[in-house]
Amino acid sequence: MSEELHDVRLVVNGTTHHTQVPARRLLSDALRHDLALTGTHVGCEHGVCGACTVLVDGKPMRSCLIFAVSAVDTEITTVEGLTEPDGSLGPVQQAFAECHGLQCGFCTPGFLTTITAGLAENPCPTHDEARDMIAGNLCRCTGYQNIVKAVERAAVLIEERTS
Amino acid sequence: MTTKLMGTPVQRVEDQRFLRGEGRYVDDIAVDGRTLHAAVLRSPHAHARIIDIDVDEVLDLDGVHAVWTYDDLTGPMAEPLPLLIPHPALTHGRTQYALARDEVNYVGEAIAFVVADDRYVAEDAVGLIKVSYEFLKPVVGIDNARAAQHLVHEDVPGNIGARLEQNVGDAPAAIAAAPHRLELDLTVERSACMPMEGRGTVARWDADIDRLQVWTSTQTSTGVRAAVAVKLGLDLGQVDVITPDVGGGFGVKIVHPWPEELLVPLAARALGRTVKFTEDRREHFISSAHERGQVHHVEVGFDDDGRLCGLDVEFWHDHGAYSPYGLIVPIITSTQLLGPYKPNNYRVVFESLYTNTVMVTPYRGAGRPQGCYTMERTMDAIAAYLGKDRAEVRAVNFIQPDEFPFDQGLIFQDGRELEYDSGDYPASLEKIKALVGWDEFPAYQAEMAAAGRQVGIGLACYVEGTGVGPYEGAHVHIETSGKVKVATGLTTQGQGHATVFAQLVADELGCRFEDVEVVTGDTRRMPYAVGTFASRAAVMSGSAIHLAAKRAKEKVLKIAADALEADESDLEIVAGVVSVKGSPGSSIDLGTVSVLSNPLRYAFDEASKAATQFSVGDPGRAPVPEGEEPGLEGKDFYSPERATFASGMHAVIVETDPLTAEITILKYAVVHDCGHLINPMIVEGQIHGGVAQGIGGALYERMAYDESGQLLNASFMDFLMPYVTEVPDGIDIDHLETPSPLNPLGIKGAGEAGVIPSAAVFASAIEDAEGFSITAMPISPSELFALRQQRAEEKS
Repeated sequence: MSEELHDVRLVVNGTTHHTQVPARRLLSDALRHDLALTGTHVGCEHGVCGACTVLVDGKPMRSCLIFAVSAVDTEITTVEGLTEPDGSLGPVQQAFAECHGLQCGFCTPGFLTTITAGLAENPCPTHDEARDMIAGNLCRCTGYQNIVKAVERAAVLIEERTS
Repeated sequence: MTTKLMGTPVQRVEDQRFLRGEGRYVDDIAVDGRTLHAAVLRSPHAHARIIDIDVDEVLDLDGVHAVWTYDDLTGPMAEPLPLLIPHPALTHGRTQYALARDEVNYVGEAIAFVVADDRYVAEDAVGLIKVSYEFLKPVVGIDNARAAQHLVHEDVPGNIGARLEQNVGDAPAAIAAAPHRLELDLTVERSACMPMEGRGTVARWDADIDRLQVWTSTQTSTGVRAAVAVKLGLDLGQVDVITPDVGGGFGVKIVHPWPEELLVPLAARALGRTVKFTEDRREHFISSAHERGQVHHVEVGFDDDGRLCGLDVEFWHDHGAYSPYGLIVPIITSTQLLGPYKPNNYRVVFESLYTNTVMVTPYRGAGRPQGCYTMERTMDAIAAYLGKDRAEVRAVNFIQPDEFPFDQGLIFQDGRELEYDSGDYPASLEKIKALVGWDEFPAYQAEMAAAGRQVGIGLACYVEGTGVGPYEGAHVHIETSGKVKVATGLTTQGQGHATVFAQLVADELGCRFEDVEVVTGDTRRMPYAVGTFASRAAVMSGSAIHLAAKRAKEKVLKIAADALEADESDLEIVAGVVSVKGSPGSSIDLGTVSVLSNPLRYAFDEASKAATQFSVGDPGRAPVPEGEEPGLEGKDFYSPERATFASGMHAVIVETDPLTAEITILKYAVVHDCGHLINPMIVEGQIHGGVAQGIGGALYERMAYDESGQLLNASFMDFLMPYVTEVPDGIDIDHLETPSPLNPLGIKGAGEAGVIPSAAVFASAIEDAEGFSITAMPISPSELFALRQQRAEEKS
């Protein structure tokens, strides 16, 4: 027997997508496999690593712990939505490039979305707050040293770009 | 002249796509509604005979396309997986089948392979397979393996896969005659690489050209290619393997072929559809490889200065249920254990033991962390016994700078002599002491003690054989656009190869850095290659790329000299333009030289039109003269006689809470010598990552198997990898650059170094803080608390 499919309308990075998914389909899988937005990565499928973090109405959430059907009527931002309108790197992305905040790049999208939300809430983090901001995401390559630097650099870049 | 890029912190070019979410990892390939997805039924039992597998219900499930069990496999696919690295001492090598035949030997072993419309349905189908088992007694842990009351493999007596002994001099006699003697028993538990991206494979069979394309998250494209061809009965020329972006490797992805790397192509060909397998996290814990579990017994004899007279090490290596990667890990422990020291007389013997657990293959450091831990614990024990400074005892045992090349008299992992090429250990020791504040520490420790706080300092030294052979190659192609396309066969899993290799090409060729594009791990572009492991990529492919660029440059200069009617020695190449030195008007750009290199000259583009003003070649000879080739390319291979030996020293200051036994890192310092640095930013990044991974291994991570062989912590909830909260806020790093005489760039590998001394340095520091011996790592606060209680009971 085929699975029952549900019509869902997902608004991702400002674009509206209509798709049909089974009730059990994870938002992470819907983004990646149904909408082909493969920038969101899946590292553990149990909400611990943070690689799949996307912004749901501006809040960082683990897309591997959300069903696609429960994400309707929300505004979702993925890593693909963090670039500037002209295609250049957004401030958090730029900071990661400048500070060597990534190596294999697999966990990076989750850090970028998490930090984007974190800096929206706290635009001028102290050093300890910058460390706190990324304390829920796992990275196996960088040892976090340069990611912390990137948080602090991103805060400066955001300030420069908005002033 | 332009500034050399070698040695400068060039920003990474690959970051542009990673940061935009445009990386292409294997699960990002073939994202369309037509791709089929695979799931694997894995054994829930550590040791059992398979009586029957019933798949009847599976094919009734809507969306399921096929299911395979062992009985469906034929020809080479029905044979055991290859034993990749045989060794004469591996008398009882055993490998698994792609799908279990008759018996399973660890929780997680593949039994059946289902292909369906999506992964959800494939997992539903796996749940419908019924397997009857006859349970066998599992063998878990080194003690049980040695006791051999039960056997993992019926035909492997004593559970002993291998026994290997090496001797330099007569260690037992030297120890017996030494002024002082000590014995130590030292344990290291299992951990695992745990890359953020697990394994994954996609395959597509093109029936129109009888050709298979495989994308896989591997550390060796060429290895997978050869394995797939042999197992599927295809010619090598029918198989292309492309390694896309890889989300971390750390060793586990050098193993090949994984069952799924064969089953996915098999299914793709059988079904005529693209098939994908993406490992989930639980699968990674129970069906990929682990490392590190070893027990060591040390006997050492030394003089009044702490100088080694003889060292006798016996150790037992838990290699899990199978031994596809041979004896690489214990051989490395047994040889690299010596670090920067001269043992004078050395005997080492190990047994490699089977257990009913996930197999063991190299994890970053590959046996070195255990060896370093064993040697450095021994150094600390000697210092404690003699009441000497730990740094002094190390210093009297160092190989001195004027003693290189230094032959340790052993055979290394690559089958070559363990001969160190260069190094300066006394200089490193001075640097690390200054960096961590070694000499000032006793005063600080006393000051802290007065305030009721316990702190300790630790030191650990290592030498790492890097850049092992046999070879790597490179191809450099200058297109008519002036762009330079570079290919090397080994793969990339985060090291920034696209950047560092482009730096080398720009320097040698004189082209613009931004015009260089590097491709790695694509067998269509470079079919001869080894792989990315053993800190070898920069040394091996870096050298090969340098040599290939040199060849391309020779051809550029030859053609340009002809075109410009100048002498080759009068030419220079700057920013992609060849010109006569001192006469900038007389010049030709690389793209135009590329046009001239090919006598077939349809004027497709501006470069071709521009080339019409030049005339090259002798009209009296063939358009492509003998010994020449059309096109502007350079290709070369680098194959060194032996490995190059990097080295380093770490020091850490920890605080241990008197009540809770919580262990806090107050300072972490690293001195690192990997010869000349290509990109110091990337090298420091490797050190940062290694240190964090080492902290995980020393203080948090272990594989918690119960006595029945169930892995109790197979999730990120329970296997404690460091978050930022577990790593120190800042790592002090100093570099020493002792060039390697073995390669044209004077470089040594850097990838694994950061993780090697971690268990050793933390054990040293915690011992210093607590005042009693630390002999088992990793160590958690509760274990430290238990040690304190045990100590208190012994005293009372």
